[in-house]
Amino acid sequence: MNAQNLASGSAYFIAKETELPVTTVLSVLVDNEPGVLARVIGLFSGRGYNIESLTVSETEHEQHLSRITIVTRGTPHILDQIRHQLERIVPVHRVVDLSVRADELGQSGPIQRELALVKVAGLGEHRNEALRLADAFHAKVTDATTEHFIFEITGKGSKIDQFIAIMKPLGLVEICRTGVAAMNRGPMGM
Amino acid sequence: MKADKQDSDSRPSQRREMTGAEMVVQALIDQGVTDIFGYPGGAVLPIYDELFQQDKINHILVRHEQGAGHAAEGYARSTGKVGVMLVTSGPGATNAVTPLQDALMDSIPLVCISGQVPTSLIGSDAFQECDTVGITRPCTKHNWLVKDVNDLARVLHEAFHVAKTGRPGPVLVDVPKDVQFATGMYTPPEVSPRTSYHPKIQGDIEAIKQAVALMLTAKRPVIYSGGGVINSGNEASKLLRELVELTNFPITSTLMGLGAYPASGKNWLGMLGMHGTYEANMTMHDCDVMLNIGARFDDRITGRISGFSPNSKKIHIDIDPSSINKAVRVDVPVIGDVAHVLEDMIRLLRASSTKPDEKAIDQWWSQIDRWRARKSLSYTRNKDVIMPQYALERLYALTKDRDTYITTEVGQHQMWAAQFYHFEKPNRWMTSGGLGTMGYGLPAALGVQIAHPDSLVIDIAGDASVQMTMQEMSAAVQYEAPIKIFILNNQYMGMVRQWQQLLHGNRLSHSYTEALPDFVKLAEAYGGHGIRCEKPGDLDDAIQEMIDVKKPVLFDCRVANLANCFPMIPSGKAHNEMLLPDEATDDAVANAIDAKGRQLV
Repeated sequence: MNAQNLASGSAYFIAKETELPVTTVLSVLVDNEPGVLARVIGLFSGRGYNIESLTVSETEHEQHLSRITIVTRGTPHILDQIRHQLERIVPVHRVVDLSVRADELGQSGPIQRELALVKVAGLGEHRNEALRLADAFHAKVTDATTEHFIFEITGKGSKIDQFIAIMKPLGLVEICRTGVAAMNRGPMGM
Repeated sequence: MKADKQDSDSRPSQRREMTGAEMVVQALIDQGVTDIFGYPGGAVLPIYDELFQQDKINHILVRHEQGAGHAAEGYARSTGKVGVMLVTSGPGATNAVTPLQDALMDSIPLVCISGQVPTSLIGSDAFQECDTVGITRPCTKHNWLVKDVNDLARVLHEAFHVAKTGRPGPVLVDVPKDVQFATGMYTPPEVSPRTSYHPKIQGDIEAIKQAVALMLTAKRPVIYSGGGVINSGNEASKLLRELVELTNFPITSTLMGLGAYPASGKNWLGMLGMHGTYEANMTMHDCDVMLNIGARFDDRITGRISGFSPNSKKIHIDIDPSSINKAVRVDVPVIGDVAHVLEDMIRLLRASSTKPDEKAIDQWWSQIDRWRARKSLSYTRNKDVIMPQYALERLYALTKDRDTYITTEVGQHQMWAAQFYHFEKPNRWMTSGGLGTMGYGLPAALGVQIAHPDSLVIDIAGDASVQMTMQEMSAAVQYEAPIKIFILNNQYMGMVRQWQQLLHGNRLSHSYTEALPDFVKLAEAYGGHGIRCEKPGDLDDAIQEMIDVKKPVLFDCRVANLANCFPMIPSGKAHNEMLLPDEATDDAVANAIDAKGRQLV
């Protein structure tokens, strides 16, 4: 018996997770009060959940409501836990898993958009190429000198990833991304 | 669900202007609070000044803020009321963290009011400043920093509401010193809970119907109840007993749920889990329908998840949706308060035309009786040395007919107490289950004794745990709280040693206490009464002396040094792979006993 227990060497029962992780988008409606964001992200770090993207802003000023959009990854079991744990937080009104909701509505997934500011500096052919590609990606020039551009681009995360990758050899200086904003298609609210 | 339980001798006050410090005291009075536990300091002096000038709230001065928290927990657990602690900023607040987390894990309603440096100094690293709401955010159900005196009354009332409703838990209200001095409008408690907080009390009737249908098909059923039954109130325990009576189902309970069903009841299997009885664990393993009432499939209960009750359909009643499917997937979840759900369940059972399968359940009982015959709690008596199990058997025999409350520390003595002390009523057993806080029992006993001044309150302790909060003996003496600290002294951190014996090749790394205080002299130094007992033959008289003395008592009960706590589910094992005492003594434990120890055991 000693030998068997030595093998595990732990007071805890450590089981391997057998389900495959999936990525999902959570919309969390909260009272806009001090500390509410810390409660939400503290829950993720404290319980070992992932945050791939986080967006937060007040959405209904009169009611002091903020909407937090979180892209997270985990097994369906963990994602269910995350939703229930979020619902326990006192200032949290509602938590909707937009990806699950889209499935229920027979849709391919929630609409996800991100905005990025991308600064590119360079001269000559690189500069022309950057401007041409920006046009192809429907990116707007929001600031420019003879030495640089700041492009504003919106779209799916994958589109922005691609744009950034293309700009890299053309003199990419810095990037700022907003994180994902998301909602489900159709006339219904969350 | 406990809103009606706060007994208040004064009518709620009216809206009127007062200082923040006055508001704190007024809110406590309006919430029906009669006793609080605390420790003063710079940032709470205005509140202490108000406490000085009134006589409705009885303040118990502890010797360390951790003691205040555990005392408030003991007070809450033994009364069903909200426990209240009052601490200063900085170290006062950080010392409160352990009891807050303890209360969070065991779902104990607790309100902690902490002082904070003035708002103008917050963030400046001022003297005795810490980010109290930041530090306590993950160890409270909710917390608030009040920056405007006009919010204070509302926040305090909301704090009580959040602490005691839904799944109860600890909350903290941080009050900067300038807010305590400032004048603002006090508002009495009113029923306007915030829109985002609405715990579900009533169970979904369709889910309850499904559960009842499943129960009526059961051939090998078991009820597994937990602390949720205690938290739901006396009515829940009454209904639980009625349900067992009605169905003749066997019932076991977690550590936190002891007393909800009486240990003398004929359907009682004893506690389950890592140190539970053979019959309880085997019944759980082999059952076909499991009814979990207010428990959370803790890892100390389930053993290896893949081997946990593999062939059963599981019903889970819990007020917290996040408990459902967290550790174990269940077939029929019912979200709601235990008393409310049981009421519906019993009504449906009575109305049903089908009845429980009596014949199958009788057969199930004869199987259970065979497991019972294994007598998994047996131990070898010794006429020279006090066996810890024997000490608890005698303690139980001599105190069971009294109005007794039991608290414990954490370790072997705690498990033995759960196995050998038998509880007939809820709210009589206060222990740190989830967090496993050594040092919980002594201050908890103080809190229980303050709530029940004429009852017999015993802390079943270990020699290591009890030293963690020993200073509260001084508070017990000050308030003439005659708590009895019954120390099972084996000079070891017994449970640590047991694990080292089982898992770490018997290398007893730092689990032996070479120097222990003389507990008798220590008791006397505090102004209490000390008793030492070393022989089984002297034990009854010594326990009687402990009961009769009207002072706090430290009872140094010298027990067999190397006794271990069995039965036990070793790590990574399932319920049907228990280690029983007669199997364990020889091979595993014998290695640990040297020549000197062998004489003792």
